[in-house]
Amino acid sequence: MHSDRPSLLLKITAIGGLLFLHLPILFIFLYAFTTEERTYQFPPPGLTLKWFSVAWFDRPDIWPPLYLSLKVAAIATVLAMILGTLAAAAMSRARFFGRDQLSLLIILPIALPGVITGMSLRSAFGIMDIPFSTWTIVLGHATFCIVIVYNNAVARMRRLSGGIMEASADLGANAFQTFRYVLLPNLGSALLAGGMLAFALSFDEVIVTTFTAGQQSTLPIWMLNELVRPRQRPVTNVVAIVVFAATFVPILIAYYLTRGGSETAGMGK
Amino acid sequence: MSHSAVLPARSLADRLTGTFWRRPGLLLALLILPPLLWLGVVYLGSLFALLLQSFYSIDEFSGVVKEEFTLKTYAELFRAQNLDIILRTVLMAAAVTLACAVLAFPIAYFAARYAKGGWKAAFYLGVMLPLWSSYLVKVYAWKLILAKEGVLTWAAEGTGTGFLIDGLLTIPGLEGSSLSTSPFGTFLVFVYIWLPYMILPMQAALERVPTSMLEASADLGATRGQTFRTVILPLAMPGVIAGSIFTFSLTLGDYIIPQIVGNSSRFIGLAVYQLQGTAGNIPLAAAFAVVPIVIMLIYLTLAKRAGAFDAL
Repeated sequence: MHSDRPSLLLKITAIGGLLFLHLPILFIFLYAFTTEERTYQFPPPGLTLKWFSVAWFDRPDIWPPLYLSLKVAAIATVLAMILGTLAAAAMSRARFFGRDQLSLLIILPIALPGVITGMSLRSAFGIMDIPFSTWTIVLGHATFCIVIVYNNAVARMRRLSGGIMEASADLGANAFQTFRYVLLPNLGSALLAGGMLAFALSFDEVIVTTFTAGQQSTLPIWMLNELVRPRQRPVTNVVAIVVFAATFVPILIAYYLTRGGSETAGMGK
Repeated sequence: MSHSAVLPARSLADRLTGTFWRRPGLLLALLILPPLLWLGVVYLGSLFALLLQSFYSIDEFSGVVKEEFTLKTYAELFRAQNLDIILRTVLMAAAVTLACAVLAFPIAYFAARYAKGGWKAAFYLGVMLPLWSSYLVKVYAWKLILAKEGVLTWAAEGTGTGFLIDGLLTIPGLEGSSLSTSPFGTFLVFVYIWLPYMILPMQAALERVPTSMLEASADLGATRGQTFRTVILPLAMPGVIAGSIFTFSLTLGDYIIPQIVGNSSRFIGLAVYQLQGTAGNIPLAAAFAVVPIVIMLIYLTLAKRAGAFDAL
Protein backbone atom coordinates (compact mmCIF):
# COMPACT_ATOMS: atom_id res chain seq x y z
CA MET A 1 0.00 0.00 0.00
CA HIS A 2 1.21 3.46 -0.79
CA SER A 3 -0.09 6.26 1.37
CA ASP A 4 0.61 9.95 1.72
CA ARG A 5 1.26 9.71 5.42
CA PRO A 6 4.50 8.41 6.83
CA SER A 7 4.25 5.28 8.94
CA LEU A 8 4.89 5.70 12.63
CA LEU A 9 8.05 3.60 12.39
CA LEU A 10 9.46 5.83 9.65
CA LYS A 11 8.65 8.95 11.65
CA ILE A 12 10.34 7.60 14.77
CA THR A 13 13.47 6.39 12.98
CA ALA A 14 13.80 9.63 10.98
CA ILE A 15 13.44 11.89 13.99
CA GLY A 16 15.55 9.52 16.08
CA GLY A 17 18.25 9.75 13.40
CA LEU A 18 18.23 13.53 13.54
CA LEU A 19 18.47 13.47 17.34
CA PHE A 20 21.40 11.03 17.04
CA LEU A 21 23.14 13.65 14.88
CA HIS A 22 22.58 16.50 17.32
CA LEU A 23 22.44 15.32 20.94
CA PRO A 24 26.14 14.41 21.31
CA ILE A 25 27.18 18.05 20.77
CA LEU A 26 25.19 19.11 23.84
CA PHE A 27 27.52 17.16 26.12
CA ILE A 28 30.41 19.38 25.02
CA PHE A 29 28.51 22.31 26.50
CA LEU A 30 27.52 20.49 29.68
CA TYR A 31 31.06 19.31 30.45
CA ALA A 32 32.45 22.85 30.20
CA PHE A 33 30.63 23.53 33.49
CA THR A 34 31.52 20.40 35.44
CA THR A 35 33.56 20.63 38.64
CA GLU A 36 35.28 17.30 37.91
CA GLU A 37 38.48 17.84 35.95
CA ARG A 38 40.11 14.39 35.95
CA THR A 39 37.38 12.13 34.57
CA TYR A 40 34.33 12.38 32.34
CA GLN A 41 32.00 11.52 35.22
CA PHE A 42 28.30 11.71 34.40
CA PRO A 43 26.21 13.27 35.78
CA PRO A 44 28.69 16.01 36.73
CA PRO A 45 29.14 16.20 40.54
CA GLY A 46 28.66 19.97 40.44
CA LEU A 47 28.47 22.92 38.09
CA THR A 48 30.83 25.89 37.94
CA LEU A 49 31.76 28.80 35.68
CA LYS A 50 35.38 28.79 36.76
CA TRP A 51 36.79 27.05 33.65
CA PHE A 52 35.88 30.01 31.47
CA SER A 53 38.04 32.30 33.58
CA VAL A 54 40.78 29.67 33.83
CA ALA A 55 40.83 29.39 30.04
CA TRP A 56 40.93 33.17 29.68
CA PHE A 57 43.46 34.07 32.38
CA ASP A 58 45.52 31.04 33.39
CA ARG A 59 46.15 29.23 30.14
CA PRO A 60 48.45 31.36 27.98
CA ASP A 61 49.09 28.27 25.81
CA ILE A 62 45.65 28.76 24.19
CA TRP A 63 46.28 32.16 22.64
CA PRO A 64 49.15 31.57 20.14
CA PRO A 65 47.31 28.61 18.50
CA LEU A 66 44.14 30.74 18.32
CA TYR A 67 46.00 33.58 16.59
CA LEU A 68 47.68 31.16 14.19
CA SER A 69 44.36 29.53 13.30
CA LEU A 70 42.71 32.89 12.67
CA LYS A 71 45.65 34.06 10.57
CA VAL A 72 45.78 30.88 8.47
CA ALA A 73 42.00 30.80 7.98
CA ALA A 74 41.92 34.47 6.94
CA ILE A 75 44.73 34.13 4.38
CA ALA A 76 43.47 30.80 3.04
CA THR A 77 39.95 32.22 2.67
CA VAL A 78 41.13 35.25 0.71
CA LEU A 79 43.24 33.06 -1.60
CA ALA A 80 40.42 30.56 -2.06
CA MET A 81 37.90 33.34 -2.82
CA ILE A 82 40.12 34.79 -5.56
CA LEU A 83 41.08 31.46 -7.13
CA GLY A 84 37.63 29.89 -6.72
CA THR A 85 35.85 32.87 -8.30
CA LEU A 86 38.28 32.94 -11.23
CA ALA A 87 37.79 29.22 -11.81
CA ALA A 88 34.00 29.57 -11.59
CA ALA A 89 34.03 32.49 -14.03
CA ALA A 90 36.09 30.51 -16.52
CA MET A 91 33.97 27.37 -16.20
CA SER A 92 30.70 29.23 -16.63
CA ARG A 93 31.90 31.06 -19.75
CA ALA A 94 32.69 28.39 -22.23
CA ARG A 95 33.13 24.77 -23.06
CA PHE A 96 36.80 24.26 -23.73
CA PHE A 97 39.32 21.52 -24.03
CA GLY A 98 40.09 19.94 -20.67
CA ARG A 99 37.06 21.45 -18.93
CA ASP A 100 35.98 18.18 -17.31
CA GLN A 101 39.53 17.41 -16.22
CA LEU A 102 39.80 20.85 -14.63
CA SER A 103 36.56 20.44 -12.69
CA LEU A 104 37.86 17.08 -11.44
CA LEU A 105 41.12 18.76 -10.42
CA ILE A 106 39.22 21.38 -8.41
CA ILE A 107 37.17 18.75 -6.56
CA LEU A 108 40.00 16.26 -6.03
CA PRO A 109 41.58 17.88 -2.92
CA ILE A 110 38.29 17.44 -1.07
CA ALA A 111 37.27 14.12 -2.63
CA LEU A 112 40.45 12.29 -1.64
CA PRO A 113 40.91 11.65 2.09
CA GLY A 114 42.73 14.45 3.88
CA VAL A 115 45.57 12.16 4.82
CA ILE A 116 46.52 11.90 1.13
CA THR A 117 46.53 15.65 0.59
CA GLY A 118 48.51 16.06 3.80
CA MET A 119 51.03 13.34 3.05
CA SER A 120 51.44 14.62 -0.54
CA LEU A 121 52.30 18.11 0.66
CA ARG A 122 54.59 16.63 3.31
CA SER A 123 56.39 14.61 0.59
CA ALA A 124 56.77 17.71 -1.59
CA PHE A 125 58.16 19.77 1.32
CA GLY A 126 60.55 16.90 2.04
CA ILE A 127 61.82 16.65 -1.53
CA MET A 128 62.24 20.39 -1.95
CA ASP A 129 63.59 20.99 1.58
CA ILE A 130 60.91 23.58 2.35
CA PRO A 131 60.86 24.36 6.10
CA PHE A 132 57.48 24.35 7.87
CA SER A 133 55.92 27.78 8.36
CA THR A 134 52.57 29.53 8.43
CA TRP A 135 52.71 29.46 4.64
CA THR A 136 53.03 25.69 4.40
CA ILE A 137 49.77 25.44 6.38
CA VAL A 138 48.12 28.08 4.18
CA LEU A 139 49.18 26.20 1.05
CA GLY A 140 47.22 23.13 2.09
CA HIS A 141 44.20 25.02 3.41
CA ALA A 142 43.75 27.24 0.35
CA THR A 143 43.93 24.17 -1.88
CA PHE A 144 40.95 22.43 -0.33
CA CYS A 145 39.02 25.69 0.24
CA ILE A 146 39.00 26.61 -3.47
CA VAL A 147 36.31 24.04 -4.20
CA ILE A 148 33.98 25.48 -1.53
CA VAL A 149 34.02 28.99 -3.01
CA TYR A 150 33.93 27.51 -6.52
CA ASN A 151 30.80 25.45 -5.80
CA ASN A 152 28.92 28.45 -4.46
CA ALA A 153 30.02 30.81 -7.25
CA VAL A 154 29.37 28.35 -10.07
CA ALA A 155 25.84 27.59 -8.84
CA ARG A 156 25.01 31.30 -8.67
CA MET A 157 26.48 31.99 -12.12
CA ARG A 158 24.37 29.21 -13.58
CA ARG A 159 21.28 31.02 -12.32
CA LEU A 160 22.37 34.42 -13.67
CA SER A 161 21.04 35.06 -17.13
CA GLY A 162 23.72 35.95 -19.66
CA GLY A 163 21.38 38.70 -20.84
CA ILE A 164 22.35 41.14 -18.08
CA MET A 165 26.01 40.98 -19.11
CA GLU A 166 25.08 41.70 -22.72
CA ALA A 167 22.77 44.48 -21.65
CA SER A 168 25.60 46.03 -19.66
CA ALA A 169 27.89 45.88 -22.72
CA ASP A 170 25.17 47.34 -24.96
CA LEU A 171 24.82 50.24 -22.56
CA GLY A 172 28.48 51.03 -23.05
CA ALA A 173 30.08 49.52 -19.96
CA ASN A 174 33.49 47.98 -20.42
CA ALA A 175 34.39 44.56 -19.01
CA PHE A 176 35.62 45.98 -15.71
CA GLN A 177 32.56 48.16 -15.19
CA THR A 178 30.35 45.16 -15.96
CA PHE A 179 32.26 43.17 -13.38
CA ARG A 180 32.06 45.93 -10.77
CA TYR A 181 28.46 47.04 -11.23
CA VAL A 182 26.66 43.97 -12.60
CA LEU A 183 28.48 40.75 -11.86
CA LEU A 184 29.81 41.48 -8.37
CA PRO A 185 26.50 42.65 -6.83
CA ASN A 186 24.82 39.53 -8.21
CA LEU A 187 27.56 37.18 -7.07
CA GLY A 188 28.23 38.96 -3.79
CA SER A 189 26.16 36.91 -1.37
CA ALA A 190 27.22 33.61 -2.94
CA LEU A 191 30.88 34.60 -2.66
CA LEU A 192 30.39 35.73 0.92
CA ALA A 193 28.72 32.41 1.73
CA GLY A 194 31.56 30.53 0.06
CA GLY A 195 34.08 32.59 2.00
CA MET A 196 32.29 31.90 5.29
CA LEU A 197 32.29 28.17 4.66
CA ALA A 198 35.92 28.23 3.57
CA PHE A 199 36.83 30.07 6.76
CA ALA A 200 34.91 27.57 8.89
CA LEU A 201 36.54 24.64 7.13
CA SER A 202 40.04 26.08 7.46
CA PHE A 203 39.64 27.17 11.08
CA ASP A 204 38.60 23.66 12.07
CA GLU A 205 40.91 21.59 9.83
CA VAL A 206 43.22 19.17 11.59
CA ILE A 207 44.03 16.24 9.28
CA VAL A 208 45.95 18.06 6.56
CA THR A 209 47.32 20.55 9.07
CA THR A 210 49.17 17.96 11.17
CA PHE A 211 51.24 17.14 8.09
CA THR A 212 52.01 20.72 7.09
CA ALA A 213 52.48 22.43 10.46
CA GLY A 214 55.67 20.81 11.77
CA GLN A 215 56.09 22.03 15.34
CA GLN A 216 53.50 24.80 15.03
CA SER A 217 50.18 24.48 16.76
CA THR A 218 46.84 25.63 15.38
CA LEU A 219 43.83 25.60 17.67
CA PRO A 220 42.58 22.20 16.38
CA ILE A 221 46.08 20.74 16.86
CA TRP A 222 46.13 22.15 20.39
CA MET A 223 42.78 20.46 20.98
CA LEU A 224 43.99 17.18 19.55
CA ASN A 225 46.98 17.22 21.92
CA GLU A 226 44.66 17.88 24.85
CA LEU A 227 42.46 14.97 23.78
CA VAL A 228 45.38 12.57 23.60
CA ARG A 229 47.01 13.82 26.83
CA PRO A 230 44.31 15.58 28.84
CA ARG A 231 45.11 17.98 31.65
CA GLN A 232 42.32 20.37 32.80
CA ARG A 233 39.62 18.59 30.77
CA PRO A 234 36.85 21.21 31.15
CA VAL A 235 39.19 23.87 29.69
CA THR A 236 39.32 21.76 26.52
CA ASN A 237 35.51 21.95 26.50
CA VAL A 238 35.59 25.73 26.78
CA VAL A 239 37.89 25.87 23.75
CA ALA A 240 35.70 23.31 21.98
CA ILE A 241 32.72 25.62 22.43
CA VAL A 242 34.71 28.46 20.85
CA VAL A 243 35.72 26.24 17.90
CA PHE A 244 32.15 25.01 17.57
CA ALA A 245 30.81 28.58 17.50
CA ALA A 246 33.49 29.64 15.01
CA THR A 247 32.23 26.99 12.58
CA PHE A 248 28.53 27.03 13.46
CA VAL A 249 27.89 30.76 13.02
CA PRO A 250 29.48 31.04 9.52
CA ILE A 251 27.46 28.01 8.37
CA LEU A 252 24.20 29.58 9.55
CA ILE A 253 25.07 32.87 7.84
CA ALA A 254 26.02 31.01 4.65
CA TYR A 255 22.71 29.15 4.76
CA TYR A 256 20.84 32.42 5.22
CA LEU A 257 22.72 34.10 2.35
CA THR A 258 22.05 31.36 -0.18
CA ARG A 259 18.70 29.97 0.91
CA GLY A 260 16.23 29.33 -1.87
CA GLY A 261 18.99 28.65 -4.36
CA SER A 262 20.48 25.38 -5.45
CA GLU A 263 23.89 26.37 -4.19
CA THR A 264 23.01 26.31 -0.52
CA ALA A 265 26.03 25.44 1.53
CA GLY A 266 25.95 22.37 -0.66
CA MET A 267 27.94 19.19 -0.71
CA GLY A 268 31.57 19.59 -1.11
CA LYS A 269 33.02 19.44 2.36
CA MET B 1 24.99 61.35 -39.57
CA SER B 2 28.67 60.96 -38.93
CA HIS B 3 28.40 59.51 -35.43
CA SER B 4 29.35 55.88 -35.18
CA ALA B 5 27.11 53.51 -33.23
CA VAL B 6 30.22 52.26 -31.48
CA LEU B 7 31.55 54.50 -28.75
CA PRO B 8 35.24 55.38 -29.11
CA ALA B 9 37.62 53.67 -26.70
CA ARG B 10 38.38 56.18 -23.95
CA SER B 11 40.69 54.30 -21.69
CA LEU B 12 42.89 51.26 -21.32
CA ALA B 13 39.95 49.40 -19.77
CA ASP B 14 37.88 50.06 -22.89
CA ARG B 15 40.64 48.89 -25.18
CA LEU B 16 41.09 45.72 -23.12
CA THR B 17 37.35 45.11 -23.32
CA GLY B 18 37.60 45.30 -27.11
CA THR B 19 40.49 42.85 -27.10
CA PHE B 20 38.56 40.42 -24.87
CA TRP B 21 35.58 40.70 -27.21
CA ARG B 22 37.64 39.91 -30.27
CA ARG B 23 39.64 37.16 -28.62
CA PRO B 24 37.47 35.39 -26.00
CA GLY B 25 40.17 32.77 -25.61
CA LEU B 26 42.50 35.36 -24.09
CA LEU B 27 40.06 36.29 -21.31
CA LEU B 28 39.41 32.62 -20.64
CA ALA B 29 43.14 31.97 -20.40
CA LEU B 30 43.60 34.90 -18.00
CA LEU B 31 40.77 33.66 -15.80
CA ILE B 32 41.85 30.06 -15.76
CA LEU B 33 45.59 30.55 -15.36
CA PRO B 34 45.84 31.40 -11.63
CA PRO B 35 43.64 28.54 -10.33
CA LEU B 36 45.16 26.14 -12.85
CA LEU B 37 48.69 27.07 -11.82
CA TRP B 38 47.84 26.76 -8.12
CA LEU B 39 46.14 23.39 -8.40
CA GLY B 40 48.58 22.13 -11.01
CA VAL B 41 51.72 23.10 -9.13
CA VAL B 42 50.70 22.85 -5.49
CA TYR B 43 48.28 19.94 -5.64
CA LEU B 44 49.26 17.80 -8.62
CA GLY B 45 52.90 18.59 -7.91
CA SER B 46 52.45 17.29 -4.37
CA LEU B 47 50.65 14.17 -5.53
CA PHE B 48 53.55 13.54 -7.87
CA ALA B 49 55.97 14.08 -4.99
CA LEU B 50 54.00 11.50 -3.01
CA LEU B 51 54.39 8.95 -5.79
CA LEU B 52 58.06 9.78 -6.12
CA GLN B 53 58.69 9.39 -2.39
CA SER B 54 56.94 6.03 -2.38
CA PHE B 55 59.50 4.71 -4.86
CA TYR B 56 62.39 5.82 -2.64
CA SER B 57 63.54 3.76 0.30
CA ILE B 58 65.09 4.35 3.68
CA ASP B 59 68.52 3.20 4.68
CA GLU B 60 67.99 0.78 7.54
CA PHE B 61 71.14 1.76 9.41
CA SER B 62 71.39 5.52 8.98
CA GLY B 63 67.62 6.20 8.62
CA VAL B 64 68.36 8.53 5.70
CA VAL B 65 66.09 8.54 2.65
CA LYS B 66 67.86 7.05 -0.38
CA GLU B 67 66.69 8.90 -3.46
CA GLU B 68 66.93 6.00 -5.88
CA PHE B 69 64.11 4.21 -7.66
CA THR B 70 63.16 0.98 -5.91
CA LEU B 71 60.09 -1.19 -5.32
CA LYS B 72 61.45 -2.25 -1.93
CA THR B 73 59.16 0.13 -0.05
CA TYR B 74 56.06 -1.22 -1.75
CA ALA B 75 57.22 -4.76 -0.97
CA GLU B 76 57.21 -3.79 2.71
CA LEU B 77 53.47 -3.15 2.48
CA PHE B 78 53.01 -6.90 2.02
CA ARG B 79 54.51 -7.78 5.39
CA ALA B 80 51.95 -9.51 7.60
CA GLN B 81 51.62 -6.60 10.06
CA ASN B 82 51.11 -4.06 7.27
CA LEU B 83 48.61 -6.27 5.43
CA ASP B 84 46.77 -6.51 8.75
CA ILE B 85 46.50 -2.72 8.90
CA ILE B 86 45.17 -2.53 5.35
CA LEU B 87 42.66 -5.33 5.88
CA ARG B 88 41.43 -3.86 9.17
CA THR B 89 40.93 -0.45 7.55
CA VAL B 90 39.01 -1.85 4.57
CA LEU B 91 36.78 -3.96 6.84
CA MET B 92 36.06 -0.94 9.03
CA ALA B 93 35.29 1.21 5.98
CA ALA B 94 32.90 -1.43 4.63
CA ALA B 95 31.12 -1.86 7.98
CA VAL B 96 30.81 1.91 8.45
CA THR B 97 29.43 2.34 4.93
CA LEU B 98 26.79 -0.37 5.46
CA ALA B 99 25.71 1.05 8.82
CA CYS B 100 25.53 4.57 7.38
CA ALA B 101 23.35 3.36 4.50
CA VAL B 102 20.91 1.67 6.87
CA LEU B 103 20.74 4.60 9.31
CA ALA B 104 20.56 7.23 6.57
CA PHE B 105 17.63 5.69 4.71
CA PRO B 106 14.73 6.64 7.02
CA ILE B 107 16.04 10.20 7.43
CA ALA B 108 16.61 10.66 3.70
CA TYR B 109 13.27 9.05 2.80
CA PHE B 110 11.29 11.10 5.29
CA ALA B 111 13.02 14.32 4.22
CA ALA B 112 12.54 13.58 0.51
CA ARG B 113 8.93 12.44 0.59
CA TYR B 114 7.06 13.76 3.60
CA ALA B 115 8.87 16.83 4.93
CA LYS B 116 7.23 20.01 3.62
CA GLY B 117 7.86 23.71 4.18
CA GLY B 118 9.36 24.40 7.59
CA TRP B 119 10.03 20.73 8.25
CA LYS B 120 11.96 20.49 4.98
CA ALA B 121 14.21 23.37 6.03
CA ALA B 122 14.58 21.83 9.49
CA PHE B 123 15.67 18.50 8.03
CA TYR B 124 18.03 20.23 5.63
CA LEU B 125 19.69 22.27 8.36
CA GLY B 126 19.49 19.26 10.67
CA VAL B 127 21.74 17.30 8.32
CA MET B 128 23.88 20.19 7.09
CA LEU B 129 24.88 21.58 10.48
CA PRO B 130 26.37 18.33 11.84
CA LEU B 131 28.12 17.84 8.50
CA TRP B 132 29.84 21.20 8.67
CA SER B 133 30.33 21.70 12.38
CA SER B 134 33.73 21.09 13.88
CA TYR B 135 35.04 17.59 13.27
CA LEU B 136 37.24 17.49 16.37
CA VAL B 137 34.46 18.76 18.62
CA LYS B 138 32.18 15.98 17.38
CA VAL B 139 34.83 13.33 18.03
CA TYR B 140 35.45 14.80 21.48
CA ALA B 141 31.72 14.67 22.27
CA TRP B 142 31.82 10.90 21.72
CA LYS B 143 34.85 10.54 23.94
CA LEU B 144 32.73 12.05 26.72
CA ILE B 145 29.75 9.86 25.93
CA LEU B 146 31.59 6.55 25.61
CA ALA B 147 33.95 6.98 28.58
CA LYS B 148 33.71 4.33 31.28
CA GLU B 149 32.32 6.80 33.81
CA GLY B 150 30.41 8.67 31.09
CA VAL B 151 26.87 9.19 29.85
CA LEU B 152 26.29 5.85 28.18
CA THR B 153 27.31 3.78 31.19
CA TRP B 154 25.13 5.96 33.41
CA ALA B 155 22.14 5.53 31.08
CA ALA B 156 22.72 1.78 30.79
CA GLU B 157 22.86 1.40 34.56
CA GLY B 158 19.79 3.54 35.02
CA THR B 159 17.79 1.39 32.61
CA GLY B 160 19.31 -1.91 33.69
CA THR B 161 20.83 -2.57 30.27
CA GLY B 162 24.45 -2.46 31.39
CA PHE B 163 24.79 -6.18 30.61
CA LEU B 164 24.34 -5.36 26.90
CA ILE B 165 27.45 -3.16 26.84
CA ASP B 166 29.38 -5.64 29.00
CA GLY B 167 28.34 -8.44 26.65
CA LEU B 168 29.41 -6.43 23.62
CA LEU B 169 32.81 -5.76 25.18
CA THR B 170 33.50 -9.50 25.64
CA ILE B 171 32.95 -10.35 21.95
CA PRO B 172 36.35 -11.38 20.53
CA GLY B 173 37.82 -8.50 18.54
CA LEU B 174 35.72 -5.88 20.32
CA GLU B 175 37.24 -6.18 23.79
CA GLY B 176 37.92 -3.08 25.82
CA SER B 177 37.49 -1.73 29.31
CA SER B 178 34.76 0.55 27.99
CA LEU B 179 33.28 1.46 24.62
CA SER B 180 35.79 4.32 24.33
CA THR B 181 38.64 1.80 24.20
CA SER B 182 36.84 -0.82 22.08
CA PRO B 183 36.92 -1.08 18.26
CA PHE B 184 33.13 -0.94 18.45
CA GLY B 185 33.46 2.60 19.82
CA THR B 186 35.70 3.52 16.87
CA PHE B 187 33.04 2.12 14.53
CA LEU B 188 30.27 4.06 16.28
CA VAL B 189 32.12 7.37 16.01
CA PHE B 190 32.96 6.77 12.34
CA VAL B 191 29.27 6.12 11.61
CA TYR B 192 28.23 9.25 13.48
CA ILE B 193 30.77 11.52 11.78
CA TRP B 194 30.18 10.35 8.20
CA LEU B 195 26.39 9.76 8.36
CA PRO B 196 25.43 13.18 6.87
CA TYR B 197 27.59 12.43 3.82
CA MET B 198 25.34 9.44 3.12
CA ILE B 199 22.04 11.19 3.84
CA LEU B 200 22.47 14.06 1.36
CA PRO B 201 23.08 12.12 -1.88
CA MET B 202 20.50 9.52 -0.81
CA GLN B 203 17.90 12.23 -0.27
CA ALA B 204 18.74 13.77 -3.64
CA ALA B 205 18.19 10.39 -5.33
CA LEU B 206 14.96 9.72 -3.45
CA GLU B 207 13.59 13.14 -4.37
CA ARG B 208 13.81 12.13 -8.03
CA VAL B 209 11.62 9.02 -7.52
CA PRO B 210 8.21 10.00 -8.99
CA THR B 211 5.25 9.51 -6.66
CA SER B 212 3.31 8.08 -9.59
CA MET B 213 5.59 5.04 -9.60
CA LEU B 214 4.80 4.31 -5.97
CA GLU B 215 1.10 4.67 -6.73
CA ALA B 216 1.42 2.39 -9.74
CA SER B 217 3.22 -0.15 -7.59
CA ALA B 218 0.44 0.02 -4.99
CA ASP B 219 -2.25 -0.20 -7.67
CA LEU B 220 -0.64 -3.36 -8.99
CA GLY B 221 -1.01 -4.88 -5.56
CA ALA B 222 2.50 -4.60 -4.18
CA THR B 223 2.89 -4.50 -0.42
CA ARG B 224 4.98 -1.78 1.23
CA GLY B 225 7.91 -4.20 1.41
CA GLN B 226 7.62 -5.16 -2.26
CA THR B 227 7.43 -1.52 -3.35
CA PHE B 228 10.52 -0.81 -1.26
CA ARG B 229 12.51 -3.71 -2.70
CA THR B 230 11.50 -3.45 -6.34
CA VAL B 231 10.86 0.27 -6.88
CA ILE B 232 12.37 2.55 -4.25
CA LEU B 233 15.64 0.74 -3.57
CA PRO B 234 16.76 0.33 -7.20
CA LEU B 235 15.96 3.98 -7.92
CA ALA B 236 17.75 5.14 -4.76
CA MET B 237 20.84 3.04 -5.55
CA PRO B 238 22.81 5.77 -7.40
CA GLY B 239 22.43 7.96 -4.31
CA VAL B 240 23.52 5.15 -2.01
CA ILE B 241 26.59 4.49 -4.12
CA ALA B 242 27.46 8.19 -4.31
CA GLY B 243 27.17 8.36 -0.52
CA SER B 244 29.16 5.18 -0.06
CA ILE B 245 32.04 6.71 -2.02
CA PHE B 246 32.21 9.44 0.63
CA THR B 247 31.83 7.22 3.68
CA PHE B 248 34.23 4.58 2.33
CA SER B 249 36.92 7.00 1.25
CA LEU B 250 36.70 9.16 4.37
CA THR B 251 36.97 6.14 6.67
CA LEU B 252 39.93 4.80 4.69
CA GLY B 253 41.95 7.93 5.29
CA ASP B 254 40.94 9.01 8.78
CA TYR B 255 43.50 8.74 11.56
CA ILE B 256 42.14 11.03 14.27
CA ILE B 257 39.17 8.91 15.34
CA PRO B 258 41.09 5.64 15.92
CA GLN B 259 43.64 7.66 17.88
CA ILE B 260 41.07 9.12 20.28
CA VAL B 261 38.44 6.38 20.52
CA GLY B 262 39.50 2.73 20.30
CA ASN B 263 42.19 0.31 21.34
CA SER B 264 44.94 2.12 19.36
CA SER B 265 45.22 -0.69 16.82
CA ARG B 266 46.50 0.87 13.66
CA PHE B 267 44.61 1.98 10.56
CA ILE B 268 46.09 3.15 7.25
CA GLY B 269 45.80 6.83 8.16
CA LEU B 270 47.38 6.32 11.56
CA ALA B 271 50.22 4.30 10.00
CA VAL B 272 50.91 7.12 7.53
CA TYR B 273 50.91 9.68 10.31
CA GLN B 274 53.20 7.74 12.63
CA LEU B 275 55.60 6.69 9.87
CA GLN B 276 56.15 10.24 8.61
CA GLY B 277 56.32 11.68 12.12
CA THR B 278 58.01 9.77 14.90
CA ALA B 279 59.44 7.02 12.69
CA GLY B 280 60.67 9.45 10.03
CA ASN B 281 60.11 6.86 7.30
CA ILE B 282 58.59 9.11 4.64
CA PRO B 283 58.91 6.60 1.76
CA LEU B 284 56.88 3.94 3.57
CA ALA B 285 54.37 6.57 4.74
CA ALA B 286 53.98 7.68 1.11
CA ALA B 287 53.53 4.08 -0.06
CA PHE B 288 50.83 3.61 2.61
CA ALA B 289 49.08 6.78 1.43
CA VAL B 290 48.97 5.38 -2.11
CA VAL B 291 46.94 2.39 -0.82
CA PRO B 292 43.65 4.33 -0.27
CA ILE B 293 44.06 5.94 -3.70
CA VAL B 294 44.35 2.50 -5.32
CA ILE B 295 41.44 1.09 -3.29
CA MET B 296 39.24 4.06 -4.22
CA LEU B 297 40.16 3.68 -7.91
CA ILE B 298 39.12 0.01 -7.77
CA TYR B 299 35.95 0.97 -5.90
CA LEU B 300 35.04 3.65 -8.45
CA THR B 301 35.70 1.27 -11.35
CA LEU B 302 33.44 -1.36 -9.80
CA ALA B 303 30.74 1.22 -9.10
CA LYS B 304 30.97 2.45 -12.66
CA ARG B 305 30.75 -1.08 -14.04
CA ALA B 306 27.68 -1.66 -11.86
CA GLY B 307 26.12 1.30 -13.64
CA ALA B 308 26.11 3.52 -10.58
CA PHE B 309 26.93 6.66 -12.56
CA ASP B 310 24.49 6.12 -15.42
CA ALA B 311 21.56 7.31 -13.38
CA LEU B 312 23.33 10.25 -11.79
